[in-house]
Amino acid sequence: MSAEEILEILKNKFPNFSFSFDNSLPLESFLNVDALQLPEVCTFLRDDEKLQFDNLMNLSGVDDNNAKKEKDENGNEKLVGRTLSVYYHLESMKLNHKLNLKVSVAIENPEVESVESIWKSADWHEREAFDMFGIKFLNHPNLIRILMPYDWEDGSYPLRKDFETPEFYNGMKIPY
Amino acid sequence: MSFLDQEFTDNNIVITKSEDLLNWARLSSIWQLSFGLACCAIEMMATSASHYDFDRFGVIPRPSPRQADVILISGTVTLKMATRIKRLYEQMPDPKYIISMGSCANCGGPYWEHGYHVLKGIDRVIPVDVYVPGCPPRPEALLEGLLKLQEKIRNERLRKTA
Repeated sequence: MSAEEILEILKNKFPNFSFSFDNSLPLESFLNVDALQLPEVCTFLRDDEKLQFDNLMNLSGVDDNNAKKEKDENGNEKLVGRTLSVYYHLESMKLNHKLNLKVSVAIENPEVESVESIWKSADWHEREAFDMFGIKFLNHPNLIRILMPYDWEDGSYPLRKDFETPEFYNGMKIPY
Repeated sequence: MSFLDQEFTDNNIVITKSEDLLNWARLSSIWQLSFGLACCAIEMMATSASHYDFDRFGVIPRPSPRQADVILISGTVTLKMATRIKRLYEQMPDPKYIISMGSCANCGGPYWEHGYHVLKGIDRVIPVDVYVPGCPPRPEALLEGLLKLQEKIRNERLRKTA
C-alpha cells in the first residue's frame, strides 16, 4: 500500500486530527503527526487489519535548527520557533509496506508521547533520542541516559546543534 | 677457602648480574591484561592468534589485572570507559607497563575534533610506555611495539645511578 493510500485511511479514521504529508525533501516522504495524537495514531497503525505496522524499524531524534530571528516589543532580536523532531520508520512485515512519521515539538518544551507500549523496540531508541537531544518521552518506563555516562551534566545534549563540549568531565580534559 | 675461590666442577653455571637476570625474566614473560576496546582489539586478537603468535615472546593474556604486567589500550577510549581503565591500571601490581595502540588511544584519532565522548589520548589518565601508531595498527606494528617495550625493560636499573 502506498503512503498516500495509508494517509486516506488515517484521514477517514481520525477526521478531527491534522495530518500533513511532506514529500518536499529528496528523501522518503513522511507524515507529520501531532505529538499528542501520536499514541492513538500509532495504535491504529499497528492494529488495523489493512495496515498492520508490526515493526518499528527506527526511531531517531533530529535537531531541526530552524530558529528564526524575531523582534520583541523592545526591539531586541531573539530566536524563536526552533523545533526538535522525532522520525519513526514503520514497516509491516506481513503486508510489506512502509510509512514514515514525523513529530515536531518546540525546543523549549520537547515532550512527545512514548510509543514504547506499542512497539517494544522503541524503549532503547527513545532513551537514545532523550540522551542525545533531550526529547522527553512521556510515559516511558525508564527514561534515563543510555549512551552518555549517568553522571553526565543534566541538560547537556551532545547532538543538539548548539551543544558545546565541556572543558572537563570527572577531572579529564575533553577538548584536544 | 671461599667457594668462589674453588674451580667450578659443574659446568652448568652461568654468572650474570642480578639486574640483568631480573630484567630478562621480566621482559620474557610479559603477561598482558586480556582487555580490548574497539577495532584495534581485533588486530590485537589477530596478533595473539597463530599466524603472528604473540605467545612466542612470552605474552599471555591474563583475565585479572592482579596477574598482569602490561595493559594494551587497544581502541577508542570513551570518557565513560576511561575511569574504568584507570581503575584496572591501579589494580595491577608494579612494575606495570602500558602500550597505547592505535590513533584513538594515542590522541583521540578521528574523534579528535568533534568527539565529545572520547578521551583525546589515554596518557591524559595513565602514563604510557610505548605508543603504536596506525588506525588500526597491523599486527606487525604491535609486535614492534612489544619489542620496543622489551628493549625498555632490558635497560631498566634497579637503583638510581648518579
